[in-house]
Amino acid sequence: MEKTITDETIEYVSILAKLTLSGEEREQVKRDMGRMLSYIDKLGELDTSGVEPMSHVFPTVNVFREDVVTNGDDSKNMLKNAPGEKDNMFMAPRTFE
Amino acid sequence: MHMNILSCTAAELGEAIREGRTDAMEAMRAVLEQIDKTEEEYHCYVTLDREGALERAARVQRRIEAGELTGPLAGVPMAVKDNLCTAGMRTTCASRMLENFVPSYTAEALLNLERAGAVLIGKTNMDEFAMGSTTETSYFGVTRNPENTEHVPGGSSGGSAAAVAGKECFFALGSDTGGSIRQPASYCGVVGMKPTYGTVSRYGLIAYGSSLDQIGPLTKDVRDCAVVLEAMASHDEKDSTSVKREDMDFTAGLLEDVEGMRIGIPRDYFGEGISDEVKCAVLGAAECLREQGALVEEFDLSLTEYAIPAYYTIAAAEASSNLERFDGVKYGYRAPGEEGLHAMYKRTRSEGFGPEVKRRIMLGSFVLSSGYYDAYYLKALRVKNLIKQAFDKAFSRFDVILGPVAPATAPRLGESLGDPLKMYLGDIYTIAVNLAGLPAISLPCGRDGRGLPIGLQLIGDCFQEKTLLRAAYTWEQRAKSTSGRAVSRPGGLAE
Repeated sequence: MEKTITDETIEYVSILAKLTLSGEEREQVKRDMGRMLSYIDKLGELDTSGVEPMSHVFPTVNVFREDVVTNGDDSKNMLKNAPGEKDNMFMAPRTFE
Repeated sequence: MHMNILSCTAAELGEAIREGRTDAMEAMRAVLEQIDKTEEEYHCYVTLDREGALERAARVQRRIEAGELTGPLAGVPMAVKDNLCTAGMRTTCASRMLENFVPSYTAEALLNLERAGAVLIGKTNMDEFAMGSTTETSYFGVTRNPENTEHVPGGSSGGSAAAVAGKECFFALGSDTGGSIRQPASYCGVVGMKPTYGTVSRYGLIAYGSSLDQIGPLTKDVRDCAVVLEAMASHDEKDSTSVKREDMDFTAGLLEDVEGMRIGIPRDYFGEGISDEVKCAVLGAAECLREQGALVEEFDLSLTEYAIPAYYTIAAAEASSNLERFDGVKYGYRAPGEEGLHAMYKRTRSEGFGPEVKRRIMLGSFVLSSGYYDAYYLKALRVKNLIKQAFDKAFSRFDVILGPVAPATAPRLGESLGDPLKMYLGDIYTIAVNLAGLPAISLPCGRDGRGLPIGLQLIGDCFQEKTLLRAAYTWEQRAKSTSGRAVSRPGGLAE
């Protein structure tokens, strides 16, 4: 049986995802997410007790290098992509009321 | 002096340029002429830089003549998927979010190719943020399959595959998170390889699922695949998952010799859902390799049906995290008119991302949320471990695993997007490879009744690209010498 996703869940997840979903979009996401999660529940058929979660396929260790700056000051180029810029800084809307 | 430049492979063109039979500018002009003829119909590119391409070609030609560039790809025009950063050339990920984004640096893989003298033509179309299997989720419109323009080119590297198939470049770069190089290569009848995770630097690749993403080549034949991979692969300090390898002389694998090679055919890859024509063509290729001395055997890989749910959980989780950076502050789209920061974030993301991207961000945010993290995300990572173990077991018996790339040939345009789950199921044979970090190659192995290309997939153990290339090269040479003859009958695979 397919999972039913409640309005509360969608509301909560869209806060986490920082998305505003319109009425129709919201219904579609509810249906799709329900179907996908029901499908993902198939993983429950497998006994994974004692199996370690594997985030990387190769044994990974932290990679260190000397803390030396190799790139130049590219702030002008970077700021060209910013939607808002002022005095060589990113400009964002008001953070506090 | 006149030669048909467009019918050359990348390696053939490079040789012709080195020998002075043509030059980098003539090659670029030929490709731009072809683009003028067909691009309006195919729409392989998001961004084309005609003038810049000719200038770059002229610079490379001068360096070839000065003896500074002597490699096999010097002067060869290439196309690059639009999720690889190009300094000074916009990089959109086929998304409204990055419609006007111009990176200040170039992806390491591309830099390596430019150092070898390959010349950038432009940026190819793709599914938005590489999320999709048809190139139909692009903000800039669909790409058509040059083999039959009523059909999709596959995805997400659909523009790259179509550009190679349509002779709008000599080779292209793609990225493969769950099959995004191999499946479009299969649909368009070209060669595509996903190398072992860590072989090609991901520096400058806009991330989707970081533990799964890998850059690779889409080419006209197996030799080009080896040549491009050899030029592109490198150990890179800027990518902490980059692997230091001593065995990156991939062209050494171009041998027509599979004598004694142990090839396993997973029975699980030929069950429900696969088309008869695909099955027949793929098993025909296996039979051909057997005739060449390979030891071909069927086996049960197991866990195949769990790869898709595990993959979509992990990929969505990583996507939701990676795509948090698109907040309308540092680069990309910003929704106009919002007074408050938080409202601006939400509207920017809601207007900047398309439906498939939002769907995956929502799913990913859910599986990572407290209360569901263990049941979904960690569970998927445990299953990933089991899938890796299943491959380890298989590679203790076999050198190569042989199967199809996709259950069917390219669907018609507009057929896939209505049912996302169905579209995801089409990735069944490609995604486990990404979960296990393995190398795999897709190469043409015949056509179906409608004339659409069928893809053969060869999967190797980690770092065994040369073994894959050897098997692939052998098959390609045999297929060439027997072209015209229908592929031989399939072996006795149990239904």
